[in-house]
Amino acid sequence: MSNPDFTPEHIAMMKDVLIEHVPHAKAIGMTVEGAKRGEAWLSVPYAENLIGNPETGVIHGGVITSLLDNACGIAVQLALAERQSIATLDLRIDYMKPATPKLGLMAHTHCYKVTKNIAFVRGTAYHTDEGDPIAACVGTFMLAANRAIPVPVTAEAAAEAMKILAKNKDGAA
Amino acid sequence: MSEAKPPIDVNALMQAIPYARYLGITVDQRGNEITTVLHFSQHLIGNPVLPALHGGVIGAFLETTAIAQLAFEFAVGDASAAALPKPIGLTIDYLRSGRPMDTYGRAEITKQGRRVATVRAEAWQDDRSRPIAAAHGHFLLQAADDTPTS
Repeated sequence: MSNPDFTPEHIAMMKDVLIEHVPHAKAIGMTVEGAKRGEAWLSVPYAENLIGNPETGVIHGGVITSLLDNACGIAVQLALAERQSIATLDLRIDYMKPATPKLGLMAHTHCYKVTKNIAFVRGTAYHTDEGDPIAACVGTFMLAANRAIPVPVTAEAAAEAMKILAKNKDGAA
Repeated sequence: MSEAKPPIDVNALMQAIPYARYLGITVDQRGNEITTVLHFSQHLIGNPVLPALHGGVIGAFLETTAIAQLAFEFAVGDASAAALPKPIGLTIDYLRSGRPMDTYGRAEITKQGRRVATVRAEAWQDDRSRPIAAAHGHFLLQAADDTPTS
């Protein structure tokens, strides 16, 4: 498989389809910051409603779970040779230190193996230095699991994804 | 289980956590049992085509369910949201897709040590025998102020 980096146009399309139309990702302000074949970088900004400890202002562990889950799913999509729907089978997260209040979160995820049925992925969450992680995760995803939004690796795929989304606009499948 | 000490108001404790409020998590406390409730809302959706709840939201709900159970069984009268147990590691198994409706959670403490507790949690929707996700995790108890989040 060739290993091209995605163009800024591709990343913009991914942002539109993979974030804008995933209500929870959009609600907490997730953004695709970068993408390579099988790898994704996502961010989530610090916000008052994401706090887990009201005395210190530290972000809730669940926010990190959401960010890593979403970023893992995107890394898997980016590793697949052709578009497929995927579903998370399991996700293990180790929390290594509290997030620093007022700082946004980053996640870098890497889908390092794809088999016929399963994709394997790992990732880290951090502020600015990936070598100083807040949390690390490993997960597995089932391929061809159900109907989902195709990943927009081409303009045609993006148009197709938008069509599906428009048809299901009110959430009725 | 807790018999002797007066029960604490776990729901009030959870409502003090901004993120739990944001997700819409409440705690239903009956006798010596609690059930957490994740009230459905559009901003919890991860896949609008199915539609299905976001996997991260389900993970966060199970984590909160585990923490609520720990607070219910071990917290004392002056418990504050800041002193709740912190997650060290959490493994989530996704069993079924979470449909756009209310989700319920129960947790069981499988082992409590001096510094660390091991907890299992389960989430279901309209049929308790068909859970949508299960998790097990380790939590650092209040006093030990070593590592993890929250």
